[in-house]
Amino acid sequence: MVQHGSKPSREIQKDPETLKLIQSSLRSLNEAISYAPHQVMLGNIYPDTLSELESPWYENPTDSNSHKGPHGEIVGEEIFYGLIKGVDDFGLVSIEESFAKRSYSEIKKMGYLTGDLLQKIEGVPVSEIENRLQEDNVLPLRLGTGETIGFISTDYAEDPSLSPDILLENLTVKATATMALNSVLESNGVDPETIDYVIGSGEEAIGDRYNRGGGNLAKAVAEAAGCMQSTGADIKAFCCAPVHATVVGGSLITSGVFPNIAVIGGCSLAKLGMKFQGHLKKGIPIMEDVLVGFAILLGPDDQVSPVLRLDSVGRHTVAAGSVQQKIVEALVQTPLSKVGLKFQDIGKYATEMHNPEITDTAGSGNVPQTNYRLIAALAALNGEIEKGAESRDAFVKTHGMPGFSPTQGHVASAIPFLGHALDDLKRGNYQYSMFLAKGSLFLGRMTHMSDGESFILEKNH
Amino acid sequence: MDLKGKNVIIVGERDGVPGPAIETLVKSVGGTPALVQTQCFV
Repeated sequence: MVQHGSKPSREIQKDPETLKLIQSSLRSLNEAISYAPHQVMLGNIYPDTLSELESPWYENPTDSNSHKGPHGEIVGEEIFYGLIKGVDDFGLVSIEESFAKRSYSEIKKMGYLTGDLLQKIEGVPVSEIENRLQEDNVLPLRLGTGETIGFISTDYAEDPSLSPDILLENLTVKATATMALNSVLESNGVDPETIDYVIGSGEEAIGDRYNRGGGNLAKAVAEAAGCMQSTGADIKAFCCAPVHATVVGGSLITSGVFPNIAVIGGCSLAKLGMKFQGHLKKGIPIMEDVLVGFAILLGPDDQVSPVLRLDSVGRHTVAAGSVQQKIVEALVQTPLSKVGLKFQDIGKYATEMHNPEITDTAGSGNVPQTNYRLIAALAALNGEIEKGAESRDAFVKTHGMPGFSPTQGHVASAIPFLGHALDDLKRGNYQYSMFLAKGSLFLGRMTHMSDGESFILEKNH
Repeated sequence: MDLKGKNVIIVGERDGVPGPAIETLVKSVGGTPALVQTQCFV
């Protein structure tokens, strides 16, 4: 799928030879599985452990070959293309018949996707694929090896909002979010029929030319995941949307509107290979090679699960402007003082969790570290820790962590730590964890502002 | 650096120093922001 990322697809258009360069720099599925940051995403390794592992992590695979963990599962292309076909309600995707059979049987073995989804995984003869690829408005679907296994077309070529590349982007979002939701429902023993409301928090724009970005992926995913008693809606707020969605979900539960809520987020196809040129220049693998989806279940107090402290919600107000100190005050200091806590009462802060090995190697810096240092600086300004690099670094080490998330936009904003925080809080490793996310609103050219929101999770007493 | 009377192209970064924050500083020393952008590198 990397060739369909925004940057790779533009560069391939300029120079078709780029495709070969990309294909020769992709990792195998096993390499992606044993990659330490991915094992952290799956919940098999705790984030802090990354600092003890030899780096670069891409040259030092972990011993774990497990594609599953307590927080998720990684699947390869064979399963993924089948999932796309399985969530395609309009016959937009065609995959080769023997490939479809293999994919069907692998997806069936996963055990948690619906029968309706499985039924749609049917293939077509290779001759049909070859013929259709001669037409305009048909995009090939390829494996990392370069082998073509299918195509995606549109059923309305005149509408640029329904072009094959946009439909592919939206189907990958639906596929990843559906897989995540079904996986989370199954691993928590929750009947999909008990979910009342699904909230989408991704950055995709779904709609035709009259309502580009009209959205409601949430309801499409609810249907695909078998949440038949649910409806839903999306919250759009760039990378900050998952935190906004979680706060809205918690509020709907507390106000008694809907008792059982799922917050979902699909992947960001556009961000695959976003920094591939930097990685190629350094002769290292293209590490923006995975798509991520997530799902969070929210419900009434069960006396066990950590508590979402709605009285702790922090927000980057319009008045706070663009100065980092004001932003961190709004997101961290104000909510802490509202609930009578100090900076060091928070066991772990989850901020932008982007894997620095992906960003630093391409000249984009270490985003989590920058954010943790800002929080530490504010703690120092408030006299809660000593001023100076030593105490700052000690604060970051204790209350922060190395980044480990794929650079998948909204996915990377705080949420990847949620599974670990739930484990920590249930075990009593600490009492509180704070989640803060930021959104780059300025990218849409409607304002120069960014956005942010935060919440605190508390151990259930 | 003397920015007085100069046109300035400003490129900020969300997690570093955002464009509008630099704009305020440039204006305060007599510079004219010609373009203000903030980038997000993730």
